[in-house]
Amino acid sequence: MKKAVSMMLALALVVGTLAGCGSSAPAESSSEAATESTAEAGATFKIGGIGPITGGAAVYGTAVKNAQEIAVEEINAAGGINGYQIELKFEDDEHDAEKAVNAYNTLKDWGMQVLMGTVTSAPCVAVAEKTHEDNMFQITPSGTSVPCVQYDNAFRVCFSDPNQGSASAIYMGTNKLASKVAVIYDSSDVYSSGIYENFAAEAKNQGIEIVVAESFTADNKTDFTIQLQKAKDSGAELLFLPIYYNEAALILKQADTMGFKPIIFGCDGLDGILAVEDFDKALAEDVMLLTPFAADAEDEATKSFVGKFNEKYNDTPNQFAADAYDAMYIIKAAMEEANCTPDMSVDEIGTAMIEAMKTITVDGLTGAGMTWTADGEVNKAPKAVIIKDGVYKAM
Amino acid sequence: MKKLNLSKNAKHDLVTYGIVVVAYLVMEILMKAGLVSSLLKGLLVPLCIYAIMAVSLNLTVGILGELSLGHAGFMCVGAFASAFFSMCMKESAMPGGLRFLLALIIGALAAGIFGILIGIPVLRLRGDYLAIVTLAFGEIIKNLVNVLYIGRDVDGFHFSMKDSLSLNLGEGGKVIVNGAQGITGTPNDSNFTIGIILLLITLVIILNFIHSRTGRAVMAIRDNRIAAESVGINITKYKLMAFAISAALAGIAGVLYAHNLATLTALPKNFGYNMSIMILVYVVLGGIGSTRGSMIAAVILTLLPELLRGLNDYRMLIYSIVLIAMMLFNWSPKAREFREKYSWKRIMKNGKKEEV
Repeated sequence: MKKAVSMMLALALVVGTLAGCGSSAPAESSSEAATESTAEAGATFKIGGIGPITGGAAVYGTAVKNAQEIAVEEINAAGGINGYQIELKFEDDEHDAEKAVNAYNTLKDWGMQVLMGTVTSAPCVAVAEKTHEDNMFQITPSGTSVPCVQYDNAFRVCFSDPNQGSASAIYMGTNKLASKVAVIYDSSDVYSSGIYENFAAEAKNQGIEIVVAESFTADNKTDFTIQLQKAKDSGAELLFLPIYYNEAALILKQADTMGFKPIIFGCDGLDGILAVEDFDKALAEDVMLLTPFAADAEDEATKSFVGKFNEKYNDTPNQFAADAYDAMYIIKAAMEEANCTPDMSVDEIGTAMIEAMKTITVDGLTGAGMTWTADGEVNKAPKAVIIKDGVYKAM
Repeated sequence: MKKLNLSKNAKHDLVTYGIVVVAYLVMEILMKAGLVSSLLKGLLVPLCIYAIMAVSLNLTVGILGELSLGHAGFMCVGAFASAFFSMCMKESAMPGGLRFLLALIIGALAAGIFGILIGIPVLRLRGDYLAIVTLAFGEIIKNLVNVLYIGRDVDGFHFSMKDSLSLNLGEGGKVIVNGAQGITGTPNDSNFTIGIILLLITLVIILNFIHSRTGRAVMAIRDNRIAAESVGINITKYKLMAFAISAALAGIAGVLYAHNLATLTALPKNFGYNMSIMILVYVVLGGIGSTRGSMIAAVILTLLPELLRGLNDYRMLIYSIVLIAMMLFNWSPKAREFREKYSWKRIMKNGKKEEV
């Protein structure tokens, strides 16, 4: 009986392997002869996206996926890039480096020419290694850690972690917000610990004293009373929260219960705090955050994007969505600058777009006049907003 | 022709090795012919990793009869120990092959030592204590790695448990292990051939262990502890031996993992509780105690979610349904009855009878 089972499993294995080969056979030939086959098909640009749409980080990946779809619909309706339509495919990486590489390989089999992704940092570093091998053009909407864009084929739309950390410190220093600062950050999160470290480094130069730096981890993020008590006892005037909004909402609630009322300052992760369920918006009054995007900004582009997003997905876009929307227009601008056509190979498109990125200027939702340097970092003005009467106000 | 006089066990083992070798040859030929998709190519090393993990866990769960819920923790230890070594040696003149070999030994040793450390107190107890302690171990290791900062400059190594700033690195110093950001830039030393060789070595170690005197002692402990004790078997020693081997092999899988991707972070996803359970699922679905079954289940269950990518949003749903279906097929009494009735052996036997 045991033998029968193992035989069946072995059979299933063979079938599985064959299925894998079978489905891939046409794709493989196309990667060799990508030039001819796509030219015959008459031409669409194949743009891929990677991000988590299942698992704990699904909020971010879904936002990026939705925004990317909106941007592609708009671009296609307006005549596409250089007259060619765009085809889009988004793959799930479950916020895992290994799965992200699988997703990248799947997209490669599909014939992807340009990658917009990945959404989160650790998978992005792993995928960047692979795109570098293929010289595929890659732009990440929200991969903030430094090595995400360590190769010349990778660019990003958002600020890097060091950039956000030091920008926060400089902002506090120049506006003389406080001299004693307490920090609560998530030591198990790349984004949060990255910002904290660079904030701490820059704070010294700005004459800011970090009186308390307390951390928590992803496994232990519901009770912050100990960290808050320490911050309160230290006499901090300002509480810096380089974390995501779910934990920040809890911290604000618990600080309020304790009667601890410092100035609250956060980074783009705090964007979305007003949308947390059962959260008293009054608690977030006067919270300041550095974010590239506020969904209730008054300019035309933001209004139209938020409107479309709301209509299609019944949701308010966050900054991840805005970054992704911009990323698609950046790809468009770079492709137009480089005169790309779908019959070019991945390598040719990559080389041409890398050159083009250094010359283009893009006005997007997350900043006006964005330009890029050869190291892949974006130049744009950081925006700070303050929450007044339950809405974001630019500062 | 003279028939080779092989024992039943030896024949069974040869089939297991044969499956691996044939799978390797088929894949190599297909790759040479250019018929393999990039997805499958990228999956080859992870398949070896998870097969090694499943086979090594099967030693603890199936042969030793103890439940371990922290197998990913040993993988994590192996991965970080070896990646740290490789990062230190990356700039030295050491050839890549030798460096990877040393990394493998270091990873296996580190994981094995942790296995022994945990085993010494826990394996003396009866009951499910190993499950509880390994569960805690896996979580502790994951969190420990997330607050560990190690850097190197001209003065040597600097350690910290706070943040990378408190390392006080001198000029030109480099942070190697950067807390939650893990280790970035590990050399890409793993490949399919190495993976298959390591899988074969794992199989040789485990299958020979099972059929040895020691292995029989371990199985005697599993089946009846009191009886085993009464014939003079040193229970703790044999349990510890099996558990340490299992942990060291998980460490080897960790080394492969660390040198397959450019980034190594200890997330709940890859080294957490979920991963330990996932590997336990491979073992249970492959048939507890069956080395070959664990290996095949690991391969199928790793391939499945990737091959289901075409179904988009439904793939995780289908994947879980397949898991349930496989579980029922393997373990429900009705399904067993059905399988016994229609098993190949029986059908073949009946066929032979009819011929007579």
